[in-house]
This record gives sequence, C-alpha cells and structure tokens, in this order.
Amino acid sequence: MIQRESKSGMLKAVIYIVALILLIKLFSIQIVDNSYKLMAKNNVIKKMTVYPSRGLILDRNGKVIVSNDAVYDIDVQYNLLSKYPLDTNKFCELLNVSSEFVSKRLEEIKRMSPNRPAPLIKLVEPSTFAGFQEHLFEFPAVSYTTRTVRAYPYKGAAHVLGYLGEATKEKIDNSNGYYEMGDYVGVTGLESYYEEYLRGEKGFTYQIVDVHGRSQGIYKDGKEDMQPVAGYDIITSLDIDLQTYGEELMQNKLGSIVAIEPSSGEVLAYVSSPAYDPNLLTGRYRGKNYMKLSRNPLKPLINRPISATYPPGSTFKIPSALVIFDHNIHSPDWSYQCRGAYFAKGVRVRCHGVHFLPDVVSALKQSCNSYSCTIFNDMVMSPTLGTPEQAYNKWRNGIMSFGFGHQLGIDMVGEKSGNVPSADYYNRIYGKGRWKANTIISIAIGQGEVLSTPLQLANMVAAVSNDGVYYTPSLIKYITKSKKLYQPVKESHEANVRKEFFPYIKEAMAETVRSGTARGSKSNDFDFAAKTGTAQNPHGKDHSIFIAYAPLDHPKIAVAVIVENGGFGATYAGPISSLMIEKYLNDTISSKRLYLQERMFNANLTPTHEEKN
Amino acid sequence: MKRRIDKENQYESSVIISYLILMFIGYLAIFSTQYDGTFSIFDLSTNYGKQLMWIGVSGIIFIIILGLDTNLIKNFSYLFYIVILLLLASVFIIGAATNGNLNWIDLGFMKLQPSEFAKLATAVALARFLDNPDVRFNNKKHRLTSFIIVAIPMGIILAQGDAGSALVFLGFIFVFNREGLGNWVIYLGLYLITISLFALVMDKFLLITAVVILFSLILIYIYVILPKQKGVVALVVGAMLLSIAYVVAVDTVFHSVLKQHQQDRINIILGKLEDNKGVGYNLAQSKIAIGSGGPIGKGFLQGTQTRYDFVPEMTTDFIFCSIAEQWGFMGSIVIVGLFVVLLQRLVTMADRQRTAFGRVYILSIVSIILIHFLVNIGMTIGLLPVIGIPLPFISYGGSSLLSFSIMIAIAIKIDSERMMTS
Repeated sequence: MIQRESKSGMLKAVIYIVALILLIKLFSIQIVDNSYKLMAKNNVIKKMTVYPSRGLILDRNGKVIVSNDAVYDIDVQYNLLSKYPLDTNKFCELLNVSSEFVSKRLEEIKRMSPNRPAPLIKLVEPSTFAGFQEHLFEFPAVSYTTRTVRAYPYKGAAHVLGYLGEATKEKIDNSNGYYEMGDYVGVTGLESYYEEYLRGEKGFTYQIVDVHGRSQGIYKDGKEDMQPVAGYDIITSLDIDLQTYGEELMQNKLGSIVAIEPSSGEVLAYVSSPAYDPNLLTGRYRGKNYMKLSRNPLKPLINRPISATYPPGSTFKIPSALVIFDHNIHSPDWSYQCRGAYFAKGVRVRCHGVHFLPDVVSALKQSCNSYSCTIFNDMVMSPTLGTPEQAYNKWRNGIMSFGFGHQLGIDMVGEKSGNVPSADYYNRIYGKGRWKANTIISIAIGQGEVLSTPLQLANMVAAVSNDGVYYTPSLIKYITKSKKLYQPVKESHEANVRKEFFPYIKEAMAETVRSGTARGSKSNDFDFAAKTGTAQNPHGKDHSIFIAYAPLDHPKIAVAVIVENGGFGATYAGPISSLMIEKYLNDTISSKRLYLQERMFNANLTPTHEEKN
Repeated sequence: MKRRIDKENQYESSVIISYLILMFIGYLAIFSTQYDGTFSIFDLSTNYGKQLMWIGVSGIIFIIILGLDTNLIKNFSYLFYIVILLLLASVFIIGAATNGNLNWIDLGFMKLQPSEFAKLATAVALARFLDNPDVRFNNKKHRLTSFIIVAIPMGIILAQGDAGSALVFLGFIFVFNREGLGNWVIYLGLYLITISLFALVMDKFLLITAVVILFSLILIYIYVILPKQKGVVALVVGAMLLSIAYVVAVDTVFHSVLKQHQQDRINIILGKLEDNKGVGYNLAQSKIAIGSGGPIGKGFLQGTQTRYDFVPEMTTDFIFCSIAEQWGFMGSIVIVGLFVVLLQRLVTMADRQRTAFGRVYILSIVSIILIHFLVNIGMTIGLLPVIGIPLPFISYGGSSLLSFSIMIAIAIKIDSERMMTS
C-alpha cells in the first residue's frame, strides 16, 4: 500500500505538467499574440466593392453619346446548391440560357470559388431580369449584383469610343491593386486612352459575413465605409450628327472619313468603315458578337483612320509643290507645257492630256502629273542643294513637317506613322549615289513607297487651309467633373514653308472645285477648296481619295475621305467630302443635292458585293 | 483502517460537481454555436437539443449505476468487453464512415460509436483481470495478457482508420506503470518521442551523426568513470545502433506508410508546411477563434468565428474554440482547472482503493480522460496534429457523453463501496 501510494505521484505530476503546457500555449495565443484578433476581423469583415459610375461621353454640342445602363449579374453560391438544388429547366427558361452553358459555368464555379457568390450569368439586361426577379425567391442559392454597362444611343462612333472588357491579368498586375478579377476596363478607343479619368474611384462597404460569405449585417453601421467617386465626363470633339451622317455615307464601302477643325486640331468626324453598332460590344452577348465581328472578312474592328495606310496619290502634289517653292526652285507662277506625259531617260509618267499651264493654280486644278514630276526633278537635281541625296532629304524634311511619316500623336492607341522613304532606304536599294530624281519619280505624285494614314491627309489639308499651322489632332474638347472643365493643352506645329506660297495653293484648291478635277462635287450654295487623288492599288481597283476644306476664308472644317476601290477621287470620295462639308456648315443638305446623297448612300463597293455581281 | 464510515454510500462530490459543470459548459458551448435568434430548449432538430437529451439520458444511467451492485459490474466486465469487441468488428460489415474513418453503427435512433465504449470496456476488463488474486503483474505471462487486453481493441480501431481513438489506448501505459512496469518505459517513451520529432524536422544523416556523437561522449564518460565495464559499453553501443535504426524507421514510416494528408497534418504542426486554406484550414481557423477570444473573451453568443461557421466540426472536435472565443483565457483556465480537479481527485480516489479492480479501473479512466484532454485541446491550439477525438463531457455526441458518464459513474460507485468490501 505505502509503496503504491508513492507511485501515484508520477501520474499526478503528469496531469499538472499537461495542464501547465496547455495553459502556457493558451496564454501565448490568447493574451500575448494580438495577430489572431486581426485575423478574426479579416475572417468576418468582408470588404465589398461599390463600383463608381463611369464617366459619360458627350459630343462637342453636349449630346450624350455614351451613357450607363443598369444590368444584372446573376450569382450563385455553389456550396448552397446541395441544400437548395437549382431547378435548372426553370432557371434557364427564365434567363434565356442553355442548360449546357449553366452546367459548364457551375463546374467552373465549383472549381474556382464554391464558398461565395460567383457570377453564373453575367450582364442580364433589365427586361429579362425583371421577369426573373419575380421568381428569385425560388432559388435560395442565387443572388444578383447590379452592374452598369455602356449604352450608345446614337449607335455610332464605335472606333472612337472603343469598348470595355474584363481586365486582363497583366492589367490587374500593373494597376497597383486597383483592378480586380472581373472589373471592366477600357480596351480600345477613348475608353482605353482616358480610362483613368472615366473609371472614377471605387468605394467600399464593410459587411459582417459568415463563412459562406452571406451577409450578417453592416460593420460598425457603415462608419468605415467609403463612398465611390464617379468618373470624369468627357466632352469629345466629335459632332455626333456629322459622325453618324458620315457613317451613313460610307455604308457598304471600305474606307475612312476624318474631319478636323483647322483652328484647333479637334476631330469633328472620325469614320472607319465598315462601322459597327457599339451596342454589340456591351452586355451579355459581347463575347459572341466580338467573335462575329472579328471573323467578318471586311474587318470592321480595324481602326482605319489611324491604322490603314495608303499612297496619298495626287493629294501629295500639294505639300510637294509648297516645299519646292520654299526652296526657291520655281515660283508659283512658273509656266509649263505638258506634252501628255513626263518623259525622262527610261521613265514615262502619263498625264491626262496635253495642256499649257501658266502657273501652279492651273497645274494643280488639272492635277498635272508632268508638272509635279518636273518640279520635283528640278529640286532633287538642283546643284544649289547639293547632291541628289542631300536635296531629297531637304524635300523629305519639308514633307514630314506637314505631319507625314510619323505619328501625329492623336489621343488614341494604335496610330501608324505612314512612310516617307528616307534617302538611306533608296541607298540600300539602288546604292549610294546611284539614284536620281527620275529613279524615284513616282513619289512626286504620291505613289510608290510613300504611305499616309487618312488622319495624316486630313491633318495636311487642315495645315494648308491654316497657312501651315496645325494642332496635334485630338478627340476630346474637355474633361469635366462637377461642372468644372479641364481643357487639354493644344500643341501647335508649323510646316517648314514660308507663308507667302499658301495663297497660290489655296487658290488652286478652290479652282479645283470650281473648274478642276473636283468640279463634279461643287455646290452653288457654298464654296470649298479641294484636291482629288487616286491611290494605285496593286490588289484591285484604285482607291478614291479626296481632301477638302471650307469655307475658303477662316476654314471651319478640313476633311479627308478615302473610299477603297472607289476609283478616281472625284467619283466617290469627292461627293462624300462635299456632303460632309455641307452637313457641317449648313446642318442640312440642300434639296438640289439630295440625288448626290442618295447615290452615295446606295453605292455598294464592298468586295463581297462586287463578287456577287 | 481506523476510520469507519457510518454512511453506507459516500460519493466523491468534487468529481461529480466537476463532471456536472463540464457538461453544463458543453451544453452552453454547443448552444452558442447554433443559436440563431430563436430557440426552443427541447428542439431535437438542433444539436443543443439532442445534447440536452443525452445529458438527461446520462443522468438516468448515472443514477442506475449508483444503484447497482459493484460485483455485478465486475462479473459482467468480460462479457461487456467481448460484446464491444464484436461490435467493433461488426463495424467493418455494417458501419458508416465519417471523415474517412469507419466507426459508426446506425441504430436508427442513434449512431453508435463502439470505439467510444471500447475504452470503457477495456478499463473494466483490465481491472477485472488484474483483480484476480492469482494474477501477478510481475509475472511475464500475466503482464503479456494485460497488454493483449489493451492491444486487441486498439488494433481493431486502428484498422478502422481511427488513429485518434487508437492513440487513447496508449494512456494505459500509466496504468501499467502504476502496476509495476518500471519508470524506464516512460523515459524510453519520452526519448523515442524526442528522437521521432528530431527525425521529422532534421535531415536524417545529420541526426544520425548527432546520435553517434552523443553516444560516443557517453562512452568516453563511461570509460573514464567506470573502466572495464564491458557490459555497459555493449549496452550503450547497442542503444546507439537501435537509435539509428529507429531514426531510419521513423523516416521510412513517415514517407511510405502515412498517407499524404496525415503527413501534411504533422508537417503543419512542425511548422514545415504553411497552408491556411487546405489541410491547415481547420487549425488556422481554430487558432484564430481561440486567439481572438483574448483575456476575457467576446462574451456569450458574441463569438464571430464559431457562430459564423468559420471553425469546422465546431460542436464536436473543435468545441473548445467556442468556449475560448466567448470566454477568453479566463474560460480556458476554468476548463483546464476543472479537468485538473477532476483528474487529481480521481487519482486520489484510485490510491485509496483497497481492491485492484477499483484501483486499476479508476487509473484507466484517468489515463483515458487525460489523453483526450491533452490531445483535444492540444490540437485546437496547434500543439498536436489534428486528431479527431472529442473533449470529454463537452463535445457534442451521444456515444461519447454516455461513455464518459458511465466511466465516472462506475468510478464513483466503486469508490463509495471501498469500505464495504472485504
């Protein structure tokens, strides 16, 4: 007995030691370590994002061209489905989706986030949602989130405005934590370029949730919540009526219209044809519609005004003549006899006929190839300007000072620079010192390697109409927030040509309309100045090019039109330009010219259409 | 024995009171995790309603046992043991699996967990065996029989995949120690646990080098102090070789025998694996709940972690979280304190028994409750791997509560009659 009495001490000691060890550890996590309290708060308090309303986009006259519509994400919490099974047939019928889609999405949700509400069907339009909401109580595992999508009441200007898409992983990683999975960001156009202004600032509310993420109340009565801040509105430079009119004129044709206000560089119209209804790229069918558009052989998603390049054709004769006069090679009233073509050793550039040209005005209004080739040859081969290479570089620098061969810096991503071949380029092809003006003579009439975007053409005519001064083209007029206007700085540039030569050229462009190559587009109600062009197209019919501005004094609009496969500049691009000018200046088209408008509306030049015929 | 007890039945009140308080706290804790604003005290669709029913059933059975004859219990102990072994075996055929372990028999009105009762049955059977005056623990044959009585249910439960319940049977080492198995068993156990831990966290070859150096130092020491003791040298060298073999064995068992989830649980405890969402989720949430309780807790029904379902298994294996979150470190002290009082009083009771049956039985249940107490709370605070065994008297569950209540009731009954038997 006594022996055993002493042995029980061992077990008693073990009990005390066990208790002591447990209490020491409990003391350390309950009293010493405070981190568990923070973790408990993070567990229970869920930060919910409150999305700000995205800034509106207006046209230059204050018309809203992009607004926000409410739509609904239908969310499901996967782990509740075992308790509250989904009546899939009814669900699919109410929301107009296929059961295959639903089961596929459910699999994804099961894998990604089964413990909290995850979007099952995104961006359901209000009309469908209203019907579903009445039955919502029948689906306890289902909830919804209100979201906004963009709406485009004018259905136009898709390429300028751009569209929204879900933030990519790259975008999220580079946003300093601003974007999260599922956020929408501008992908193209103004939506992308001015994303940081338009998006506003997210707000947050803190809610108490259980482990399933179901709300159990608001934390601290919302004292720590943060209200979202709405995005800035953008007032674009576009005139939406002119824009949609341009899109109508260009329907069933490929090409571009760019209209610029010469005194500011503001883009008044920016048509990329074929256009598409921007409403297609919002809402729940966005993905499907995007696929359809991207597979369309006419490539409606291409932003032609800044990313398509064409040989500028005869419109190039204008800056070329100005640069040559500026180097004192010829004066504007130098007279010339065209013999039906430009002849040189091994070269022959055809002209439209035999004509005597007393000055540059008559040369340009008839778009004489021989004249332009001759003066170009005279400059490049002029001994006063050094070697042909040095002289060519002087000519090229002059041309580039009109905005060719480099990006103009419009507020849109994806601008091409075009091309004005460098002397080095010719050296590589022909050998240094082994080429002369006649080797590269086609550049004098805007053919060959020289390439320009429609925007560059519009910019050039704006510069000419403004005696050489032009502004970096811009698609916005103001950024506004709570009635305050912020105007972007307008950067001005000047072509390297003495002002004294511009009146001759402007007169030549006015004469082109009165009695020259553009006379078919003339109107009795208003005067305008223009130049036709035809871009040689090795793949098919030539492209019709036309540049114009109006009025003759204090021009308000400069426009460049390119109609692919439209033939001569005067055929399609000319009438379209003149109608654009009339629409902008007079708001309406006079009854006498309605036939012209009809002809343009109805012309179908799309490749598929021609094949059918 | 000069003292003569006049009263026929003298019940050990401190044990009964501790038992009742623990059960009451358990009920409150289960209630608090399920309370949703409305409640009806006898609502059997809720866990707290069912637990209240089981508390009632336990109370009735407790009183019935106090009214029984101790000899009856003693006489039925082998039968009870054999029935439980059969039930355990039958789980293989008609059992239901929970948490991947096969350990239920669905009786319709309750889900019987034979493993809960197996501990009780083993305690009475072992007590009965050692109570025989012809049985001497020093006798190798009898000692082996004692081991086998414990090993059979332990083996079956282990085969059913319930490592947690099987582990509890290791507690019987305390009983064997008390009955004459030398202290060296416990020291050896501690040495093996230490070396196992090192084997899991350290590089195998580094550890073997350390063992060799350690034993070489001992050898040098022995050689200087006690020269020419060849037997001792052989013993030390033998121990060293066995230790090295053991290290290799632990490493092999860990990587080849244990399943991935079991390896992960151990690695999380050892700090080799950080995984708050996967395997470590239970433990991480458990520690958050307990830690966020602070010194005095968040108050009754104010425990956010346990109320909003963050802690899994929160009415059964992780019930301690609910208590520690709502009543903080104070609550922890109360629970630990109550267990200490209960266990210490039971050891004292065991010591005053005049029969081997009473002594062995009470020590057996002390060991069982002690292991449950250590392993359950130890796992919720990250001292031990997550092993699913209930906290006695507190965790939700009929089999567990009933089994522990009967254990206590029989101990009280035996103790109350200690003066009456010859």
